Amino acid sequence: MHAPSWLCIERRPLPSGRTILTVSVIAIVAAFVVAGIFFALFGVPPIEAYGTILRGALGSWHGFAETLRRAIPLLLIGVGLTVAFRALFWNIGADGQLLLGTAAATWVALFSGLHGPIVIPAMFVAGFIAGALWGLIPAVLKAKLGINDVITTLMMNYIAMYLIMWLIHGPWKGPTMRGFAYTDKFPPAAQIPTIAGTHVHWPTLVLGLVLAVAAYVLVNRTKMGFEIRVVGENPHAARFAGISQLKTTLVVMLISGGLAGLAGVGEVAGVHMRLLDPNQISMGYGYTAIIVAWLARKNPLAVIITALFFGILMAGGDVIKVSLQLPFQLIDVFNGLIMFFLIGSELLMHYKISLRRR
Amino acid sequence: MEENIILGLDEGTGPFLNTRRTRKKIRKIAGDYGMAVNPQVKAWQLAVGQQQRVEIIKALYRDADILIMDEPTSVLTPQEVDQLFSTLRTLVDDGLTIIFITHKLDEVMEISDRVTVLRKGKTIATLDTSETSKPELAELMVGRAVVFRLEKAAGQRGDEVLRVDGLQALNDRALPALRGASFTLSEGEILGIAGVSGNGQSELAEVLTGLRHATGGRVLLGDEEITNRSARAIADRGVAHVPAERIRMGTVANMSIRENLMLKSYRYRKFSHGMFLDKNAANEKARQAMIDYQISAPSDETAAKLLSGGNIQRLVLAREFAGEPRLIIAAHPTYGLDVGATEQVRQVLLKQRERGAAILLISEDLEEIMSMSDRILVLFDGEVMGVVAADEAKIETLGLMMAGTRQSGGE
Amino acid sequence: MGWESWFISTFSRALAYGTPLLLGTLGEIYAERSGVLNLGIEGMMIMGAYSAFVTAYTTGNPWLGVLVAGAVGGAFSIIHAFATITLKANQVVSGLALTMLGIGLAGVLGRKWVGLPLFSSLHKVTIPGLSAIPIIGPGFFKGQTLLVYLTMLLVPIMWYILFHTRIGITIRAVGEDPATADSLGVNVTRVRYLCVIVGGVLAGVAGAYLSLSYRPAWTEGMTGGMGWIVIALTIFAFWNPLYGLLGSYLFAALYHLSYRLQTWVSPELLKAMPYAFAIIILVIVSRGTLHKRMGAPAALTLPYTRGEQ
Repeated sequence: MHAPSWLCIERRPLPSGRTILTVSVIAIVAAFVVAGIFFALFGVPPIEAYGTILRGALGSWHGFAETLRRAIPLLLIGVGLTVAFRALFWNIGADGQLLLGTAAATWVALFSGLHGPIVIPAMFVAGFIAGALWGLIPAVLKAKLGINDVITTLMMNYIAMYLIMWLIHGPWKGPTMRGFAYTDKFPPAAQIPTIAGTHVHWPTLVLGLVLAVAAYVLVNRTKMGFEIRVVGENPHAARFAGISQLKTTLVVMLISGGLAGLAGVGEVAGVHMRLLDPNQISMGYGYTAIIVAWLARKNPLAVIITALFFGILMAGGDVIKVSLQLPFQLIDVFNGLIMFFLIGSELLMHYKISLRRR
Repeated sequence: MEENIILGLDEGTGPFLNTRRTRKKIRKIAGDYGMAVNPQVKAWQLAVGQQQRVEIIKALYRDADILIMDEPTSVLTPQEVDQLFSTLRTLVDDGLTIIFITHKLDEVMEISDRVTVLRKGKTIATLDTSETSKPELAELMVGRAVVFRLEKAAGQRGDEVLRVDGLQALNDRALPALRGASFTLSEGEILGIAGVSGNGQSELAEVLTGLRHATGGRVLLGDEEITNRSARAIADRGVAHVPAERIRMGTVANMSIRENLMLKSYRYRKFSHGMFLDKNAANEKARQAMIDYQISAPSDETAAKLLSGGNIQRLVLAREFAGEPRLIIAAHPTYGLDVGATEQVRQVLLKQRERGAAILLISEDLEEIMSMSDRILVLFDGEVMGVVAADEAKIETLGLMMAGTRQSGGE
Repeated sequence: MGWESWFISTFSRALAYGTPLLLGTLGEIYAERSGVLNLGIEGMMIMGAYSAFVTAYTTGNPWLGVLVAGAVGGAFSIIHAFATITLKANQVVSGLALTMLGIGLAGVLGRKWVGLPLFSSLHKVTIPGLSAIPIIGPGFFKGQTLLVYLTMLLVPIMWYILFHTRIGITIRAVGEDPATADSLGVNVTRVRYLCVIVGGVLAGVAGAYLSLSYRPAWTEGMTGGMGWIVIALTIFAFWNPLYGLLGSYLFAALYHLSYRLQTWVSPELLKAMPYAFAIIILVIVSRGTLHKRMGAPAALTLPYTRGEQ
């Protein structure tokens, strides 16, 4: 880098935990400040805006429930993404894997002929498998043919989306309402129990928390996790040590895709109770989860916190629409800003910038 | 080809190309110097010798007066070498000055008018080629310095551990790097592989450790054939590898010393229970290793990237030798280390030799080879030029072999 | 409907829908040829659409709208360029962040403009003489805006620049082997910045076309994922403007046909085609020599630092 002479830029050998935390916080604060400017432009003082969001998302039981509802898929997908990112596999296709999960769950619920208490576990298993398989395709393409994982996972998202649309307009078509197609409602046996009066399908939440811990243990305390970390940190050394990059890539995407699939099951069987238009189901969870995983610095346990954080933000979108008459898209702007400041601030993590004394 | 030639060149015609004029000029240059070219062919479609020609034409196109060629024949076939030399002669006749860097004495004698010998960064001598000879040049190349012989016990050679038969392999550019190398190695002996870098040594190390595919020949470890088996399989059979690139390949920079020590052994029972890693065992081993090998660092949690070169190598040695390997492939183990670390590494290797391990020592430092080895093998152009017993080896002989003259005798 | 008029309407619609696709693809080809993946096109397009609409509405001059859209797209792309080239941030994440930002921003700002009718949209023209040719005439040369033809003209120009001028060689070298280009005196950073900005400007103009001509209005999310199709089309075009033209119009035609052919082929499956094709093409091209001949620029998505191995 060509630095001006009054600025001294040294490369930091290893960012300490404290540095990482500080820089992350700075990034978020910066995003808050810039977003605050937007709020101000709309005539709402930023403090009031943020206060409203917090109160709306956390202050009331209903608000908190909405926050949790958003946080559940973010948690599941986010955990899966941290595992994938650890092996440097850029899984942008979580949305698509989620959708495959919804399809599998729908099939189990409506067409498999299963009844009774076995339906819900069956849906989860099917959803996991479907999501995992969808994720394995780009994994194989990358591991065997060296094809860019970003592009393949992205493309698979759209193929998944159209697949679902075909299903709901075609073979699985149920009643149609105002031009929107969707399948029949799931039978009660296939509806995941929710906390009364809310959309919080708590079994999925519990599953998410358990899996977050499991993922943490996997990555840090098992042989497989060790291999994943070495592959992500230094592929040359991994090869030197005899670790199979192929196997690692496949395992990682199995997990990541599977978890996204589980999120899909949760959404379709816990919230909507039917398969609908993909955009209404996935709501960009797959993309938001990328920021969730990034902010958690690839640590599955930290995802619990960051997922909650973004759950608050997403619920906040509804809040500002209703309470403040502000456009809910501001939240998208917010998300984008946070993402931006996060990656921009990464430079700060690796370089120490100080003023050079003359 | 033409695109590569004019890349970055400002010809004053702005953004537009005058393709016809460019091609004419290229063809003229090529014709003047006896090279047949097709300016429209893509660079990747060319053979290496032809790619080299593109580079020459590129220089000439820009009206170069001096051409510096760095080991140009290492990637050429003999016919291409002949063509290159005739081209160079024509260029010189036309007034061009050429600096030709090589370690192959045959070439020096054939193509040069004057020759300068460099050793360890210093100019040793400049002579007219017509007034010198290969033996004289070889001696100048390796020097007559008194070789510091390490105190080492007489070797106890045991059973044969490694047998290499007619090994062939390609390098990264798909050219032959090993052309039928054969040798044996026994317990308790150090076989030094001497030779200028780039003559097949790194490929040899990689084939023996399972990191490169052998296109021909066999490798036998004890009684078992290990040709082209996976790196993991070979390591599991007691083969240790001290890699030349200790940072890029030998360690994971962001991981702790403890985890680096586990890099190959994490899957063995002493470090794991089922699918879980046994952290306590790992801690114990790490602490012990740090003492045994004098790895100086705040703790075993310290990240490898913070260690000095010497400590990194100690880390690598600790890891590789933990399992008491029967075969050790050590590639340039003291490269870039300070005097103290170098001494220590050599002592460790000698101790392994005493324990009965078979060691293949690859090094560009001829003094090191001569003082550490029991036998010395010289690799040139992927072939074994000769194997001599270390205490009988004469440095001039080695120098000649390293520069391409085959010797008979030795073992 | 007689097959004649069926033909005509297909051509005509293909041209209309294909133009923004083509504009976006041309821009992305240049960006990727220099080694930078720009996933922010969707955001740039929609911001372009928004700013074009607002400008045209308030000033009554649609062409000014096009200019402004280009500028806005370019401005956005400078952010991406700065993040990925200078700050060497991850190109994927930066692009996605920009898209989120762009979509959100357009949604926020565009709220009060939804549903307003635009009277100053780009005029539709009819090319005299040529439009009289049976079938092709009305299909190609009637009822399209000037922008469509300008875009078509842009294709051979951009193709020529990329493959037959010094600048094109430089761009392609930077995308294949920035180290070599750097060693020969090429300013890798400047070339990449320029290419990314070109991509942004064209994406903005593509968006402008949508809100000023294709469907003269502003609706939220009116780009409808077009940016992602562009990413797929770039691959489909083997990073060559000429094939980009083919791909864009072909896709647009299929898109239009998907509604007509509903009784035979499900429209959703047709819409999934370009994405599936992109993957298939990547697989085909991944083999050895084919990769070098027609594959992605070798240095795509890799940030370049002098002296770094």
